Amino acid sequence: MGTNFPLFPQQASTVAPKVDALYFFLIAVTVFFCVLIFSLLITFSLKFRARKGQVATQIEGSLPLELTWTIIPLIISLGLYVWGANLYFEMRRPPLGAMEIYGVPKQWMWKFEHPDGHREINELHVPVGRPVKMTMISQDVIHSFFVPAFRVKTDVLPGRYTTAWFEATTTGHYHLFCSQYCGTKHSAMIGEVYVMEPAQYEQWLSGSAGEGSLASSGEKLFQSMACNTCHRSDSGARGPNLVGLFGKPVKLANGATVMADEAYIRESILTPSAKIVAGFQPIMPTFQGQINEEGVLALIQYIKTMKDAQNLAPTNTQNPPGPDAGARPAQGMQNSGTQKP
Amino acid sequence: MSTALITPAPTMPRDNYLNHGYGVRSWLLTTDHKRIALMYLVTITFFFFVGGAMATMIRLELLTPAGDLVSSDTYNKLFTMHGVMMVFFFLIPSIPTTLGNFLVPMMIGARDLAFPKLNLASYYVYLTGALFTMYAVISGGVDTGWTFYTPLSTSFANTHVIATAVGILIAGFSSIFTGINFIVTIHRMRAPGMTWGRLPLFIWAHYATSLIMVLGTPVIAITLIMVALERGFHLGIFDPARGGDPLLFQHLFWFYSHPAVYIMILPGMGVISEIVTCFSRKRIFGYNFVAFSSMAIAVFGFLVWAHHMFVAGISTYAAMVFSLLSYLVAIPSAIKVFNWTATMYKGSLTFKTPMLYVFGFIGLFTMGGMTGLFLAALGIDMHVTETYFIVAHFHYIMVGGMVMAYMGALHFWWPKITGRMYPENLARLAALIIFVGFNLTFFPQFILGYLGMPRRYHAYPPEFQVLNVMSSAGASILGIGYLLPMIYFMWSMRYGRVAGPNPWNAKGLEWETTSPPPTHNFAETPIVTEEAYAYGTPTAEVQRV
Repeated sequence: MGTNFPLFPQQASTVAPKVDALYFFLIAVTVFFCVLIFSLLITFSLKFRARKGQVATQIEGSLPLELTWTIIPLIISLGLYVWGANLYFEMRRPPLGAMEIYGVPKQWMWKFEHPDGHREINELHVPVGRPVKMTMISQDVIHSFFVPAFRVKTDVLPGRYTTAWFEATTTGHYHLFCSQYCGTKHSAMIGEVYVMEPAQYEQWLSGSAGEGSLASSGEKLFQSMACNTCHRSDSGARGPNLVGLFGKPVKLANGATVMADEAYIRESILTPSAKIVAGFQPIMPTFQGQINEEGVLALIQYIKTMKDAQNLAPTNTQNPPGPDAGARPAQGMQNSGTQKP
Repeated sequence: MSTALITPAPTMPRDNYLNHGYGVRSWLLTTDHKRIALMYLVTITFFFFVGGAMATMIRLELLTPAGDLVSSDTYNKLFTMHGVMMVFFFLIPSIPTTLGNFLVPMMIGARDLAFPKLNLASYYVYLTGALFTMYAVISGGVDTGWTFYTPLSTSFANTHVIATAVGILIAGFSSIFTGINFIVTIHRMRAPGMTWGRLPLFIWAHYATSLIMVLGTPVIAITLIMVALERGFHLGIFDPARGGDPLLFQHLFWFYSHPAVYIMILPGMGVISEIVTCFSRKRIFGYNFVAFSSMAIAVFGFLVWAHHMFVAGISTYAAMVFSLLSYLVAIPSAIKVFNWTATMYKGSLTFKTPMLYVFGFIGLFTMGGMTGLFLAALGIDMHVTETYFIVAHFHYIMVGGMVMAYMGALHFWWPKITGRMYPENLARLAALIIFVGFNLTFFPQFILGYLGMPRRYHAYPPEFQVLNVMSSAGASILGIGYLLPMIYFMWSMRYGRVAGPNPWNAKGLEWETTSPPPTHNFAETPIVTEEAYAYGTPTAEVQRV
């Protein structure tokens, strides 16, 4: 990767140049203030060094000066704040229609699942020029998904989904680091992100197809765990109908409304009593301990593919684009689903 | 004492706190704030070198990309214990318990702190906590990082988490005792005429620090107890599998540990105000602004904790609020830097060792503070947090700022504490070595951080090696810089030139008594008739005791 002694990281995503622009501006501000302070120190040291017969002039202070060096830094700070916050907002808000990849890290490896069922470990293949939304959840401690060349980082927590997104701009392979200390082999929890031309990526996808799509594994789980005995589309069903659920508001028994997103579905599987849908009894048992995070993700992917048209027909979606992801307002934040009542 | 051979050379005072009893009991059971300060000084210096030894091992390991010197587990324990030792057993107590203990009563014209026995208790509580933690180190160490993030610390680490947490918990009470003692002393024991507006800025800084100690430390105590309970009894406070929230821990931890940063730096800022005025022969520029900015830092410092968590999974809007508040807390620090600089304007400057440390402090603290603006910028923080950038940033503040101030303070008040001078030229050389070594150690880490090297990595990709070698080389220079003062300070205690009561011709009540001071500080209670740093008026004569 480049020279043996790089001083600046590669720029390989759409946000990288924007982050670097703010970085250079900050360096300019830093250099300005450092030069200002240092040259004052040096000038005063030379000019006012003690000499025979010379006496210091006692000065109490100066309100105009105090206001100057309060207000000017304040204005610069506020400017930096607005710039940084805008950028962050963009970095936290996946664009509509981004392709989705799931990540389930654990001590000490990165496991990724593509919607078509491709699984990879410590490697992540993505196409160039297409926004990718990562939805991740840890199986154990807190990890952090960090790709320096993309300037993207997010902690990956146990018990809740966090998201990150990027759009790669240059093909090649880049470091993937775990940047949140996670125990013994923290520094070995590294991988590579491969950015490929779309055609190559399709080719990569078509090789070694795995055991069917993520949604189809979800469907198998849906049946083997007997979810379908209650969650049916007929009127006498004991559980809410899941067809067309994803991305829609759900009315709860306590009168509140929640958005049916990943976090809500995960919570409803693992802690069913947390939010009861209006018109149903709290009879669903918890599946905590009976299903791992990958299974939950497969179920979510399956529920996403349940459309009004065909009831339980397995859909062979590689990466559901438009309506699925788009129906839901793309929120950058993901904590709402985990608020326990 | 028979050192006085040259005509008007000062002599050591016949009766002082150092020769007021020589027995072991006269030290270990003393309630004299000056003796307790010295006991603290010896103890924290020991822990500084323990922490430093761990840093040495870390820098040696990082000379090569492969993790080849020590195992991963050992490396993880090294950086954890380095952090625990340096933060809780050196930086937090450093200036308050040594120079603060020594000087707070003297500067306000009191005979001792308000609660001398509580002061002695705080020392033993600190020592107990430190020994408890040392026990954890010797019996196998702890490898969670000094931040103890859950659920790693509660459910996954199988090292001595509880013992270390208990050690820190115990040491926390010592902070609270010291804080209460300072607050009450500053309120109740000021000499006649020592109004709030005449307080030395060192006192204002310690007042602000004490408020944080008293208000913040209970939170870390509660948090550590929760970690211990969770670990021992699996209560499920932080464990998502039991309905807990791992982020709750981070909120609680940083609610203390961010203000703790100000516990570490504020006393250093107080020191700089004392030294810069003395060696500029000038009153401080903008007294009210410097004093008030300490209080502003203490208050705002409590409102910015979540800026440690911008990528941790907090909501975007919460992050925006905490980013804004973090920018606001930077302003009081900027005000201080400008006022110190302006104090030199039209002064009469001399460049003794303490003043060199002031230059070091202002330079490095400015760098540290400015890089804080990078981290407060949300979009940049996302890239550089959890990398070496943050390691470099807080070492610029803590080592470049705080330790520089601490060294400056030791050199400034050493003649007051021991009655003797250290070798000036050697001391200036050491200050220069520390400055050069420091920058060589930590500046490359900014570049490493932006390149993306994560912190706490035992092994790293080979392209980061050159910068790491530079950093390790700098660390060895820095190490020499710290050993030198250790040697000449000890030498000076026996062979140093007798200093006399006021070798710097400085203002402040502590210089109006003999060096070393008598046990009760002042022959008679001083009466204050002028502002702090009234360098325009002649210095008072010291009555011999």
